Amino acid sequence: MEFVNRDIVSIKDFTRPELEYIFEKAKEIEEKGYSRSTLKGKRVGLLFYEPSTRTRMSFDTAAQTLGADTIWFAGVEGTSVMKGETLKDTIETVANYVDVIVMRHPFDGSARWAADVTTKRAKQGLKKVPIVNGGDGKNEHPTQTMLDLYSVQKTQGGIDGLEVALVGDLKYGRTTHSLSYALSMFDTRIDYVAPEALQIPAHVVSFLKQKGIAQTKYSRIEDVIETADVIYMTRIQKERFPDENEYNKVKGVFRIDKSLLSRAKPTMRLMHPLPRVDEIAVDADDDQRSYYFQQAGNGVPVRATLLALIMGAVE
Amino acid sequence: MMGGMGMKKPAEAKKGLMVSPIENGTVIDHIPPGKAIKIAEILNLLQPGYVVIIGQNLRSTKYVLKDLIKVENRYLTGEEYNKIALIAPNATVNMIRNFEINEKRKVTVPDVLEEVAFCANANCISNKEHVPSRLYTVSRDPLVMVCHYCNFESKGEELKLKGAGGR
Ligand SMILES: [Zn+2]
Repeated sequence: MEFVNRDIVSIKDFTRPELEYIFEKAKEIEEKGYSRSTLKGKRVGLLFYEPSTRTRMSFDTAAQTLGADTIWFAGVEGTSVMKGETLKDTIETVANYVDVIVMRHPFDGSARWAADVTTKRAKQGLKKVPIVNGGDGKNEHPTQTMLDLYSVQKTQGGIDGLEVALVGDLKYGRTTHSLSYALSMFDTRIDYVAPEALQIPAHVVSFLKQKGIAQTKYSRIEDVIETADVIYMTRIQKERFPDENEYNKVKGVFRIDKSLLSRAKPTMRLMHPLPRVDEIAVDADDDQRSYYFQQAGNGVPVRATLLALIMGAVE
Repeated sequence: MMGGMGMKKPAEAKKGLMVSPIENGTVIDHIPPGKAIKIAEILNLLQPGYVVIIGQNLRSTKYVLKDLIKVENRYLTGEEYNKIALIAPNATVNMIRNFEINEKRKVTVPDVLEEVAFCANANCISNKEHVPSRLYTVSRDPLVMVCHYCNFESKGEELKLKGAGGR
């Protein structure tokens, strides 16, 4: 298993043993506490072409708790990007200043391209600056998937044998696609709970089928509430519906509140990539099953672990 | 143009309008009907200076039609073979030297296509900035290619080829 200088672009670049290793190290960091000497003298560049405050703060916290310095921009207003600088030129420049680049960019595939640019640089004898994808357009957000999976493992004591229900916009939501792929590395069963028009795409289903994963489609949360070990909610966007009536109908159905939640197993954990709007009622927040804020918090140990691994500070 | 549609036997079609032999050049055969013009465009054969014969809807066998291109004093590059394969997966390319077939090659879609076609995802970095396109073959029949950068799967008919007439 080699992590030093590795780009973190897609969840599909990782094997199950690698993910398990990352989770083991993240758990260790959480239990033993963070040491500011781990990444002392290292610098992390946070290039956020979209503000994405939560993701940036999570990475910034992860880097700083291990003692790394961070330099960053969030939103391109006032940067050289506004003057027409290409992604390649920005990467080539910033790579001189930092040990790792974390980036969020609106174009699909931008992280892979950036990784190619720093790999080519390394071939010319310069140091490799690994790229961590903090979201590339509609394509991937691998550290989100890792923290989701870590949250599942942490709360359930393992991933094999679990029933995971994905709820909401499963058609356009990249989070649920990536999570489905990641879950398929384990022995899980997956419930897709969505309105017909927003069901999981066929290419995801066929990929998981090849891996022998049991998958079932449902149209109501009630169908899975009592059996699921994890319910992963996502937001349904109004723009996906041709008319307001249709949207309002769906909105009421794909929503969890305190009373619905009380029917779930006591060990069930309710997750959400955040921000939530009203698909989880505020009255559900105090239920022990509601885990979404702690889930977001898990981003820090997972991202800290990844940064430490790729900079060779943790074996 | 011309054609042997429903009137000529295969041998006659061959000996008909397409007969004029070329001394040196290339014959691209077994192009799907209707695709010859597109290939000629991509190869830049419609520019002044090329002696070209394009045959459309010729009889290949009793039931199958094909297009065909003959061009004088012009040979293809490896990249051009790849481009042709994307439009005409069963085409054969004959190199003619001194009135004889010097080499006969069947085109194939390679495993990796670099700088040949555009990813069909409009939001892909390779369509937004100056980034070399790179596609991997997922399936040849039907043709499906996945983008190195954005993982988008483009179907054969969605691929736009780089080069003249391709964009
Ligand atoms: Zn692409």
